[in-house]
Amino acid sequence: MNSTNPVTAFLDFLALVGRVLLAFFNRVGRLSTFTAMAVFHCLTPPFYPRTLLRQMVEIGYYSLPVVGLTTLFSGMVLALQSHTGFARFAAEGAVATVVVISMTRELGPVLAGLMVAGRVGASMAAEIGTMRVTEQIDALSTLSTNPFKYLIAPRLLAGALMLPLLVLVGDIIGVFGGYLIGTYKLGFNPGNYIQRTWEFLETMDVVSGLVKASTFGFIIALMGCYNGYTSRGGAQGVGQATRNAVVSASILILVFNYLITELFFAR
Amino acid sequence: MISTTPAYQPPPSVPKLSLTNVHKAFGQKVVLDGVSIDIRPGESVVVIGGSGTGKSVLLKSILGLITPDSGSILIDGQETVGLRGRKRDTVLRKFGMLFQGAALFDSLPVWENVAFGLIQGEGMARGPARDKAVEKLAQVGLGPEVADLFPSELSGGMQKRVGLARAIADEPEIIFFDEPTTGLDPIMADVINDLIVKCVKELGATALSITHDMASARKIADRIAMLHKGRLIWTGPASQVFDSGNPYVDQFVHGRASGPITMAVRA
Ligand SMILES: Nc1ncnc2c1ncn2[C@@H]1O[C@H](COP(=O)(O)OP(=O)(O)OP(=O)(O)O)[C@@H](O)[C@H]1O
Ligand SMILES: [Mg+2]
Repeated sequence: MNSTNPVTAFLDFLALVGRVLLAFFNRVGRLSTFTAMAVFHCLTPPFYPRTLLRQMVEIGYYSLPVVGLTTLFSGMVLALQSHTGFARFAAEGAVATVVVISMTRELGPVLAGLMVAGRVGASMAAEIGTMRVTEQIDALSTLSTNPFKYLIAPRLLAGALMLPLLVLVGDIIGVFGGYLIGTYKLGFNPGNYIQRTWEFLETMDVVSGLVKASTFGFIIALMGCYNGYTSRGGAQGVGQATRNAVVSASILILVFNYLITELFFAR
Repeated sequence: MISTTPAYQPPPSVPKLSLTNVHKAFGQKVVLDGVSIDIRPGESVVVIGGSGTGKSVLLKSILGLITPDSGSILIDGQETVGLRGRKRDTVLRKFGMLFQGAALFDSLPVWENVAFGLIQGEGMARGPARDKAVEKLAQVGLGPEVADLFPSELSGGMQKRVGLARAIADEPEIIFFDEPTTGLDPIMADVINDLIVKCVKELGATALSITHDMASARKIADRIAMLHKGRLIWTGPASQVFDSGNPYVDQFVHGRASGPITMAVRA
């Protein structure tokens, strides 16, 4: 090593920073172009109702068990935790309210989003990635079918449409989980618990959760499609695409969760 | 699509396909280094050449699946390098392509693969499209019982034939065959050769094929071109390929290990 000259060392450092920044903006640019193209193709005909329907079933129906289980246990643990916590300042009565507001605003959309990212985002990336490396996407274009319209648009639409429905069901199951623990274990009066659940719930709590859900659904499908579509080089490339799809979707979900909360509730 | 003006009909003197000085490199690796060829309407041209010389890349460049670095590709006299969006879709509508690896859609049954261009491209109803698909499958020697199988349930040679049926199903004007007889038994290979000849003669299609099988090349080609080191080093009538007087072609068609073409292997 003879780069002891501080000037060259500094220049090397600057070059490194520049390279990293360029690579970053390159990626952001590609993803933005991809997103713009995808949205454009979502809105212009031809549409493929069959593929859309298939994706809606895949995302909405087949994700129900995993989302249901996650939200059920989260609702249960939420009731338990808030009860023991609130007992310290004699506010146990707030359990029902805390459960319903946390579920609808936060836990429902975030948990469902993360679970679906693992389930659906991964399989989208794997499927589209395999289609890419086996030239099926090239074959689509030679059969006068635009891959964006046929493969990507239905998945994005299905993601954005189905996640809110999933989250709505998840919210109900989560609140029900809280109710189970509240009445059978913590000794609340059932009628009282239900009344408490409704009393302070506002429309905005549910609506903000559903807006989050729709955004997360779009993000999950977008990351799955983008990573699959741009994957290279055989089984290894597809594996990498799958991993990137899940990781990037999960991180973006948490980031957008904060941004949307800020948008709705920050005064 | 409804148009009041009749479709553009090029004068017969215009080549169907005209390549001038097409270059393509992947990073440092130059694959196409100035390829030029004219193909008349209704002509069948076969490209031969060693493995990895860029034959598949050549076909994909014409289809626009790979963007050439420079050069011009005219289809019916119209420049297609750099065409995007709907204009490219219109050009691609003229093509059928058999991919080297068949590239069948593995999420769809065989008949839907074959009928894909008919259903998605031409808007044919599924019932009649299925009948047409079964008819095309029969032409490549596959019975109706294959129609409902999935591509993963077929042998390699069967997949190839399904790919062939898909390429010719919507009777394209220009058909590309990337190694149509590789992986087939000699009798089936000859059936496929006859089928290709029939497509060209009866449908009046223009064909550009790649093959390593000299018997097949002689049978289906009007003209044979040899790709070596990124250029077409010899082009001539199919009948002359065995006495071309070109040492490269001689070595290739007679399959000799020694000669001007050297393979990078360690003995
Ligand atoms: N997408 C790509 N990225 C980088 N290099 C590529 C790509 N596609 C092809 N190549 C390279 O281009 C060269 C030509 O590939 P091509 O598939 O056209 O060969 P080929 O002539 O069809 O061979 P074969 O007869 O074995 O099918 C190969 O060396 C390959 O490594
Ligand atoms: Mg090839």
